[in-house]
Order: sequence, then structure tokens, then C-alpha cells
Amino acid sequence: MASSIIQRIGAATSFDTNNNYFHRRSFSGRQSSFVVVRSDGANITTRLKPNGGRTHHLVTNAVATKPHTSAASKPGHEILLFDALREGLEEEMDRDPRVCIMGEDVGHYGGSYKVTKGLAPKYGDLRVLDTPIAENAFTGMGIGAAMTGLRPIIEGMNMGFLLLAFNQISNNCGMLHYTSGGQFKIPVVIRGPGGVGRQLGAEHSQRLESYFQSIPGIQMVACSTPYNAKGLMKAAIRSDNPVILFEHVLLYNLKETIPDEEYVLNLEEAEMVRPGQHVTILTYSRMRYHVMQAAKTLVNKGYDPEVIDIRSLKPFDLHTIGNSVKKTHRVLIVEECMRTGGIGASLTAAINENFHDYLDAPIVCLSSQDVPTPYAGTLEEWTVVQPPQIVAAVEQLCQ
Amino acid sequence: MAFARRSFKPISTTTSFFRRRLLTTTTDDITVETSVPFTGHNCEPPSRSVSTNPKELLSFFTDMALMRRMEIAADSLYKSKLIRGFCHLYDGQEAVCVGMEAAITKKDCIITAYRDHCIFLGRGGTLLESFAELMGRQAGCSKGKGGSMHFYKKDACFFGGHGIVGAQVPLGCGLAFAQKFRKEDHVTFAMYGDGAANQGQLFEALNMAALWDLPAILVCENNHYGMGTAEWRAAKSPAYYKRGDYVPGLKVDGMDAFAVKQACKFAKEHALKNGPIILEMDTYRYHGHSMSDPGSTYRTRDEISGVRQERDPIERIRKLILAHDLATEKELKDIEKQARKEVDEAIAQAKESPMPEESELFTNVYRKGLGVESFGTDRKELRATLP
Repeated sequence: MASSIIQRIGAATSFDTNNNYFHRRSFSGRQSSFVVVRSDGANITTRLKPNGGRTHHLVTNAVATKPHTSAASKPGHEILLFDALREGLEEEMDRDPRVCIMGEDVGHYGGSYKVTKGLAPKYGDLRVLDTPIAENAFTGMGIGAAMTGLRPIIEGMNMGFLLLAFNQISNNCGMLHYTSGGQFKIPVVIRGPGGVGRQLGAEHSQRLESYFQSIPGIQMVACSTPYNAKGLMKAAIRSDNPVILFEHVLLYNLKETIPDEEYVLNLEEAEMVRPGQHVTILTYSRMRYHVMQAAKTLVNKGYDPEVIDIRSLKPFDLHTIGNSVKKTHRVLIVEECMRTGGIGASLTAAINENFHDYLDAPIVCLSSQDVPTPYAGTLEEWTVVQPPQIVAAVEQLCQ
Repeated sequence: MAFARRSFKPISTTTSFFRRRLLTTTTDDITVETSVPFTGHNCEPPSRSVSTNPKELLSFFTDMALMRRMEIAADSLYKSKLIRGFCHLYDGQEAVCVGMEAAITKKDCIITAYRDHCIFLGRGGTLLESFAELMGRQAGCSKGKGGSMHFYKKDACFFGGHGIVGAQVPLGCGLAFAQKFRKEDHVTFAMYGDGAANQGQLFEALNMAALWDLPAILVCENNHYGMGTAEWRAAKSPAYYKRGDYVPGLKVDGMDAFAVKQACKFAKEHALKNGPIILEMDTYRYHGHSMSDPGSTYRTRDEISGVRQERDPIERIRKLILAHDLATEKELKDIEKQARKEVDEAIAQAKESPMPEESELFTNVYRKGLGVESFGTDRKELRATLP
């Protein structure tokens, strides 16, 4: 079982049959302070002990932070999500003079969702650049600037507009590091609000994570709370890879208390929202809140769901997800993407390939309907997954 | 197409003293006239007289001979199936890149589309890197993973090498943006062809460059054919240098290296002061669009040989050198032989370079950052890092 999974992973890199080349590549010349974890989700500590007594255990937060529980030493401050994003932006712009923002109405207007409010007066027009409506060209400009070492943050006023820049994102952003043999890095962050809003119409309610997920070379993350929004924003800016940060139109006014001190989250890590025993519910972005609402009903009915906000859409955090699957043996994916070719579809495939033996039931994936989002309020409600559907799905799964 | 008549009357020369001096390295001035005067749009064109010196003349000849030889060698390598896929050759257009290099420094950025072999060479790339990359070997400039259309040289500010035409122009404006951001005294040359000149993103980028006075110079290498489509069939207004409207433009004879040099010098000064400018290089490619295109279905062989006889850039320099008595026929032939030898040696060396290792399939997809490397959706290597 576990070995077969290792085989499979090894098989994917079977060119080098002597050693798992991950190890060889990663161990060469490194300090001893790290660990290689394969995505068979095996318990880290038990795996490590045979390795010559290395006792490093995995800290799943890449940067040590204080846990955001009530045991915090400092009080923290209450903040709305768009403000948390802005805080993250400001801190990174203070820290590194190469960070700059470009997008439509990000400067003088302050951003269509106020994410960049106040930054242009502080940093100047060149660092917070108001672009004309030319997504293809200014995304290309951002990528070209990144090739020389700047760290631009490109905002799509709505994620759907970035479809116009698909060529730049796919070919130039994702592939330049590879086709140049590693000469150029593209440390851009492409961000913007997406998702189904309140009757915004079909073209302004797009979920682009499914379109971008195949592009090699990019990373995708979706934020859902002020805490992870700020942490992911900072991590994305500091990352040398191109990162697409998906925000959601309806989540900008969420309020939460976040720590005062600086923290950076891990881009590739999922968040355990609610530990449980009966079923693993994987979700991201706005659907997290629908799931938590359904979870309340489920708990009242006697179920114990484990809710994981996957956050990292590319690559998936199969370590956390795998551990959860091994515990609960049932998976429900709740996403806002379309059913066809969505994130859920890839996640289903990934879990099936890697954790098939641990599943007691087929994976259920609840996604939005494969329709353009209608304007009428009732119809729009039916396109996305609603809490009663989640409850029904869990009940069926746990029979 | 009216072919420009060449005229290279040496206006003034102080080099009669150096008659029959072999491969002189003096920098005494010679003044050369360009073949045709420049045509300006919204700007005062520069003068036709270009100052140069014997050293530069000979270096032009040497460089262009090397480039020409490299492209012809690439042609035969492709036909013997050592180079696969797409191979777009630059022979005929060498004057553009050689003239440009003479006017700028290695800190000025150049970005172009896929007809990039000679520009890579001009930026300081070696023959070995070129041939190895074309053949997909490890010694290639992109480790064999890019191919003909993806030559890059970061330390010489050569940014490629792009397969999708038109997309490199916004990238070029981004390079210019970074130069302005950092308050550098350098410019960016974003090159594209007459086919790509009809891309919308070009005008988007031009608008932004003009709006923010970015030091971007858009160079249209007009070889009159966008693959198989002649320019008059693709563009309502083939006066590409005028297409910038409010952005000044200059039309240049791209087969005359000195005209190109003068224009690029002028453009660099302009861009640093006033923002973007468009240069249209009137040039010609002898090969077809790529190796899979014979190049004769949409144009006559007479046209090709006519241009080769009357406007060939290397011949022009040869005649100039001979007219100024800077070298003999034989010496020039020796230079060409030397170029051939270098190319052959480079090919032999490149053939010996191995194919990339299989593990190279997965390198350079991501750059290590925040201590984690990942491969696709279901394989992960996690590294716990620093507090």
C-alpha cells in the first residue's frame, strides 16, 4: 500500500532508478535542517527516525508564527479582508523597493475594492501604476519588468478580465523560467477578485482557477480569511515563482482579528479549519463559509466533519489532505468552480491516484453548475453549491 | 518594391595613408553615407552621414559573415534532421542586428521574437551555445530546453526569443518600465516583424509607453512578408513607422548597417529624453519564413536574387572596405573562410554535447522560493525552513 504509492511516485521519476532523485537533488549541499516528505502522507516522525536519528519534525508553517488562537500574547487588531490585503501589500512594499503594483484604477482611485487604497500617495505613481484598460499589454509589461528583477503585482480588476492576458500568463509568465534554462525568474503576483458575486452577470462571475491550473510553472492560491489573505499575499510577493492569488468578490468585508506582528504563510499548505472524524470536506475560498454553515447543521445531526481549506490550488497540499483521508476515509469536495475540468476534478483525480486504498466510498465533488452565471438572483443561487446540498451529500456519504 | 540604390561615395577619408594595411585597427574616422536618406514621422530624421572607422568596418564584415555562415549551417543541419521543429533563419537581415549593436551597450535591453539566432550572437552569445541549443543539447544557452525560438542571454540583457509574436512587445515595454523605475540610463529595443505589427497588444503597449515616457524603442523588421502573406495583403497601411500616430517614427534601410547604426543611435537619444519611438527597418530575408517554407510560393526567385545582388548587407560592406583599401579581396575571403571554420568547429563541438539528463525535465519549472519545491499537483517535496 504505502510502498506501492512510493513506487508510483518513484515511477513518475523512474528515470533514475537508483535513488529517489528528489532526495538526491534536495540533499545535495543543503543544511541538515530540512525534511523530505513524499505525498503518501506517511507520518513524518516515524519515517524520520530510521534516518540516522534525525529528529527534525515538520513544522507545517514554513515560517514560525504564533498560532492564531486565543493564547496570543499580543492582542492583535481587528481588520477587514481587503484591509488585510492592503496591509500585506504595504509591508512588502516597505520591505523591498522592487515591489510595485500595476492595474486599472489601483492608484488614484484606490482600487475598485479598496485593496490598494492610500498606496499611491505614499509610494508614488510609478510604484502604484494606473494602467489603461489593456490587460494583455500590462500583464506582459509586468512580466517583462519581472524579468529584470522587479517584483510587480498585477491586478486584474476582475479575474475574468485576465482572460485577455491568457497568452502572457501562460506562455511568458509560466514558461520563461523553463525555456530560458533557468536564466530568468518571474516573481510576479497576479491577483484579483473572482467568483460568483451578487448578480454581477455571467462575464463578471468567472472562476479562472480551472483555466489556469494546467499552466506549468505557476502557483495558485486562494485566500479566504483576513488572516490567510495577508499571509498569502506576503508569501506570494516574496516567492520567486509567479503566483496567482485568487480573491473573492464577496469576501472582502470579512472581519477578523489578526496578529500585530509580521507573519508569512506557506503558499503550498492547506488549512485545517475544523478537525473531525467522519468525513473530510475539502474546500476553498467562499465555499469554506458555506461548508462551515453546513457543518453546524451536521454537528447538530451528530456528524463530525473535518473541514480543510485547501488554499493552495496548485500544487495541492496532498500531505494534509492525505493525512485527513487516512483518518476519515470519506471525501467530499465543495468548490465554486465549474464541474467540468475544475479544481475539484483535478483534486478528485489526485486523491484517487494516491489514496485509493484509504477510501471507503467514492469521492463526491460538489461544484457549480456548468452554466454561465445568470443574473436572476434565484437562478444564481442555484448555480453555486448551497449548505443544504452539502449536508445532504455528507449524509449520503456517511451512510 | 523599389530597391534602394546603393551609394557609398566616401565623402572624406583620412585613411589613404593606410592603403593596403591589413586588418587595420585604427580608429581614424571615415564618413560613410547611407544608401537612402531617412524618412521621419513626427520627427527630424538624422543626417545621412555616418562616421565610422576601419576597425568598425572590418568588425561589421566579420560579424555579418559569421552570422551568415551560422544561418546557412543551421539550414543544412535542419535538412539533416539534427535540428527539428521550427527554425527561422535570419540571413539577409544581419545588418539590422549588427548595426544596432554598434550603437548601443550591453546594458541596453533587446527583446525579439523567434528569429533570434543572430541577435543572440550579436549580444555576445557563442556559436557553441547556439548550435547546441538548436540541436537540443546540454551546452545550449537554455540547456536545450528552449530550442530555436528561445535563445536568451541574461548577462547581456538579451531577453529572447519568444514563440508567440507580438507578445514580446509588452514584455519589452516592461523592460523599459523597469529601466525607468530604476532610473537607469538605458533603453530597450523591442523588435517585431511586419506580421506582428498588426497585433493589438503592440498598440496597447505603445500607448502605455508613450503615456509614461518609457525608454522603449519599437523596431519593426519589415521583411515584407508575414510568413506567406505579403505586407500589402495584411496591412491597410504598410507604413509601419507611421503607425504610432503620436509616437515619432523613422524609416531606415535595414540592409545598410550604417543606416541602422545611425538610426539606433538617434533613437536611443530620443527615447532617453522623450519616450518611445518606432524604427522601421526595411530589410529582406533570403530564406523562407522557416525551414518548412520554401520561400518561393509567395515571391519570385527573381525577386530574391535581385535583392541579393543589389542590397546584400555583406556585399555592401565588402565594397566599402575595398573602396577604402582597408583589406584586399583575398583577406576578406580569408575572413569568410575563418568564419566557416569557426562554425564547423562549433557544430562539431555541439554535436558532442550530450542530450539533457532526464531529470532536467523537471528542473526550472519552479524556482525555489520559501523553501518548497513542487512538481505538478500530486508530488510534493516539503521543506521546513527558518523561523
